[in-house]
Amino acid sequence: MIHILTRDLRLAIRAGGGFGLALAFFLILVVLVPFGIGPDATLLEIVAPGILWVGALLASLLSLDRIFATDHEDGSLELLATAPLPLEVLVATKAAAHWLTTGLPLTLAAPVLGILLNLPAGGHFWLTMSLLIGTPALSMIGAFGAALTVGLKRGGLLLSLLVLPLYVPTLIFGADAVRRGIDGFGPQTPLTILAGITLGTLALLPFAGAGALRVNLR
Amino acid sequence: MSFWEYANPRRFMAVTDRVVGPSFVLAGVLITTGLIWGFFFTPDDFRQGSTVKIIYLHVPSAMMAINIWIMMLVTSLVWLIRRHHVSALAAKAAAPIGVTMTLIALFTGAVWGQPMWGTYWAWDPRLTSFLILFLFYLGYMALWAAIEDPDTAADLTSILCLVGSVFALLSRYAVNFWNQGLHQGASLSLDKEENISDVFWFPLLACIAGFILLFIALVLLRTRTEIRARRLHAITLRERSA
Repeated sequence: MIHILTRDLRLAIRAGGGFGLALAFFLILVVLVPFGIGPDATLLEIVAPGILWVGALLASLLSLDRIFATDHEDGSLELLATAPLPLEVLVATKAAAHWLTTGLPLTLAAPVLGILLNLPAGGHFWLTMSLLIGTPALSMIGAFGAALTVGLKRGGLLLSLLVLPLYVPTLIFGADAVRRGIDGFGPQTPLTILAGITLGTLALLPFAGAGALRVNLR
Repeated sequence: MSFWEYANPRRFMAVTDRVVGPSFVLAGVLITTGLIWGFFFTPDDFRQGSTVKIIYLHVPSAMMAINIWIMMLVTSLVWLIRRHHVSALAAKAAAPIGVTMTLIALFTGAVWGQPMWGTYWAWDPRLTSFLILFLFYLGYMALWAAIEDPDTAADLTSILCLVGSVFALLSRYAVNFWNQGLHQGASLSLDKEENISDVFWFPLLACIAGFILLFIALVLLRTRTEIRARRLHAITLRERSA
């Protein structure tokens, strides 16, 4: 399990792994938004939590198809499936590796990018907190989607169609937590529900993902 | 004689052959009666005027949109547990009908919303969750269309349907949390003395029954088509190998 994790991390970080890609995408998205809606500081202040959350969500979507597709192509997925490790653990480990290479960097970069969008001072802490709690759910849901579409030739677009509706609850509670933190209401309620979603997906989706993988490897 | 005997495609074809026609006719009669009764023989609402009459299309289609997803969930479970092919094909056949019902509900709602709320669309919890349901239907159908091997497709879409159901339910409550509603609460329930005035209630009941029958007829017809397509495929394969 540790070996798979370190192997995935090494593959992602080295050349062609697309490690910085999600971060660069996130940066470009945040830079593009003011061009789209104008440089008005008060307006940016209002939309900042939502834009940052949507940006993080789209950026983590970018690298989803890499979770299983590259391993499927070179045959190592079959080897991993026949290994003594349960397939459920494999799915969870893959999701963890995806989170470490996208979710965690995005969480750390978001407060810095928040300055570009004029995010109010009180929001930075809650933005980091909500992303830290919420992005593991994004990676886990994404790993499930990737397991569903692993056998398809051009699964990338289909993957986003399948996964994005599943992201809705996470996005709602995540962005709402930041907004409440800025307005001075207690963001504890959405944060708790967000944590519930993350824990729920971590507990259940490895089984669904492993089921999908078994079907695809049949 | 158990319920599962209908899982045999031959039996299924024989029984549905007799059921499809009558249910189409009955659905047609009920919907026509309900609509004509509702449109021409009920009074206008004293505040909403004649716009209230969209209820005869809006409510049945919205009910069916949700119930068809539940039916797909049940048939997906039957496929995953008991591996009856008819069940998987019925789920596949139901999805396009469900997406159409969702569209009808969204469209009639928008048409009614323009004079009543002053807007075609509002980010109201009910409206939003229907839009999300629409997206779930689209994803489900896209996954069916993308996979060539029918058994793999049935397995994967069933898993998606199970996971999707949980998330659809979660989204339903999430959007409640996210925004306050403009849409009225439920006005039809079984435990109340009178929900809406009987004048509107009986034609509406006819329309709801008609929509249910229409769905049954359509889903059986589409399942029969799927079974025939599957048989045709098997025959061509046999011809080619012979």
